Amino acid sequence: MLRSKRIEYLTAAALMTPFVVIYGVLFVYPTIKMVEQSLTNAPLIGPGKWIGFDNFHRLASDRLFSVAIWNTLYFVVLSVVPSTLLALAVALGVNRLKGWTQSVVLAAFFLPYILPVSVVTAIWAWMLDKDFGIAQNAVQLFNNGQHLSIFRTIPMFMPAVAFVTVWWLLGFNVLLFIAGLRNISSEIYEAAGLDGAGRWAQFTRITWPLIWPVTVLVFTIQLILQLKIFDQVYLFAQGGRVDATMVMVQYIYKQAFQMNKGGLADAAAVVLFLLIVVLSVLQFQLLRARGAR
Amino acid sequence: MTVSVDSAALVAPEAARRRLSRLQHLDLAGLVVTLATLLGAVFWAFPLYWGLVTTFKPEYEVVRPGIALWPAHFTLENYGHVLLETKIGLWYINSLITSGAVTVIVVTMSACAGYAISQLDFPGRRFFWWAILASFMVPVPALIVNHFILMSQLGVINTLAGVVGPLLVYSPVVVIIYKQFFDSVPKDFREAAVMDGSNEFQLFFRIYLPMNWGITTALAIITFIGAWNQFLWPFLAVSSEDRMNITVGITQVHDAFGVQYARDLAVAMLAALPVALVYLIFQRRVTQAIMLSAGIKG
Repeated sequence: MLRSKRIEYLTAAALMTPFVVIYGVLFVYPTIKMVEQSLTNAPLIGPGKWIGFDNFHRLASDRLFSVAIWNTLYFVVLSVVPSTLLALAVALGVNRLKGWTQSVVLAAFFLPYILPVSVVTAIWAWMLDKDFGIAQNAVQLFNNGQHLSIFRTIPMFMPAVAFVTVWWLLGFNVLLFIAGLRNISSEIYEAAGLDGAGRWAQFTRITWPLIWPVTVLVFTIQLILQLKIFDQVYLFAQGGRVDATMVMVQYIYKQAFQMNKGGLADAAAVVLFLLIVVLSVLQFQLLRARGAR
Repeated sequence: MTVSVDSAALVAPEAARRRLSRLQHLDLAGLVVTLATLLGAVFWAFPLYWGLVTTFKPEYEVVRPGIALWPAHFTLENYGHVLLETKIGLWYINSLITSGAVTVIVVTMSACAGYAISQLDFPGRRFFWWAILASFMVPVPALIVNHFILMSQLGVINTLAGVVGPLLVYSPVVVIIYKQFFDSVPKDFREAAVMDGSNEFQLFFRIYLPMNWGITTALAIITFIGAWNQFLWPFLAVSSEDRMNITVGITQVHDAFGVQYARDLAVAMLAALPVALVYLIFQRRVTQAIMLSAGIKG
């Protein structure tokens, strides 16, 4: 018995080691280093001097950092809410379809989701191109018949990036909602139909309450994901006034890789880290509360 | 008896009328919803179509005013040009190597860890389980600075190995999915095999892995798509054009030509081709794996 226990431990150690090593090297060690370096004035590569919380004080008074935070939050509001609600609407519509029509329509909504971000930005840069973009036909209607360089017009930048992001990621949310809708037993609807409940009553009394947990899930997944926005903003802003449309991860990137300030970049990273940890804990509690009920 | 017949006769036409009116009402509302959904799908797919069809037009036709849904003069010249004149072939190979390596390492390592956590009893098992769950809270983009420092200390910045390293952070979710699938294998198989004298490795390779080939395929596919689509890390890790992944490389083409819309898009379409093909071939597996990982993150 003792011998077989020992063998079990050894087997477990052999199977766990690769994963544990990777986990330690890629999660634990960089996290500790991030916190440590945020308290120094280190450049990107090389040692720094301990300066306490100076970096955080600098962040608090850095206008660019507050711009980055506001832009990030603005982007989150513009992308998360529409993508959650629109996904629910699309899922309700797709759910009514049958057979191959449903597969084709679902694929149309889902296909953008599996594309690399730089392909998505290339497609939309062409769609919205100031001179020859097909979407300028629609832009003209709202701009006195003039073409508009969407990604070079600061007030248009974040809404446009949010729009492209919703286009890109909607399929994922739709998929989650459809799974949720399929979990609602059709007997409930039949019973409600017999009781004379109309379409709207069925939606407000059955579908919405039963789909609510999925809505919370989709919303929180998107919220945490979009706070980490970088790729689309960086790619669309290339060559423009980058600072005006800066977001948090981009600020970290700029301080570390362009200004060579590793310590300050890590201080900003710590802020983002804490923000997302707090939101993740809230999400976990929210979903656990649902599970307990 | 007569009473009930009477009331039924009275009620029936009324109910039928109500049902009929509701049916008409339903059909109209339903039709509107269905039409809106179909229109939405067309709207959603259109940018993809438009991007694709533009690549088959000669440049002078691309900049011609008006909306031509099909090229007047169909050409593959744009593809020929980018294949011959850019480093796209090299970027393709780099992406294939790095995404392939990430897939093999993540799936192998996670299957092993998932099996140990699911089937074996060892000290620290619960601790590791919680550590894996806790990793979902870590925002990976916040670690870019220290991943970069670490990779340069290891001397692998600007190499393919340096690209692969930090992309392995996406393994915890794979461990969890494997653990759940291994948990659901009936214990009878295990007991029978142990009676026949199998050891843990034989159990793992002869029973647990083969019984879960489906999920292994699904996880391998989405890990590959995920690695192929990564932008931020491959963008930071590599500075020389020869070692770029395709997702990074295509953003460089721009500078080389000035604005050549059809060529830029042709490069983008080539970058999307492998993931689009994988998705269209393995549609069901892809959605299954995405649903599983979403369910866990929730």
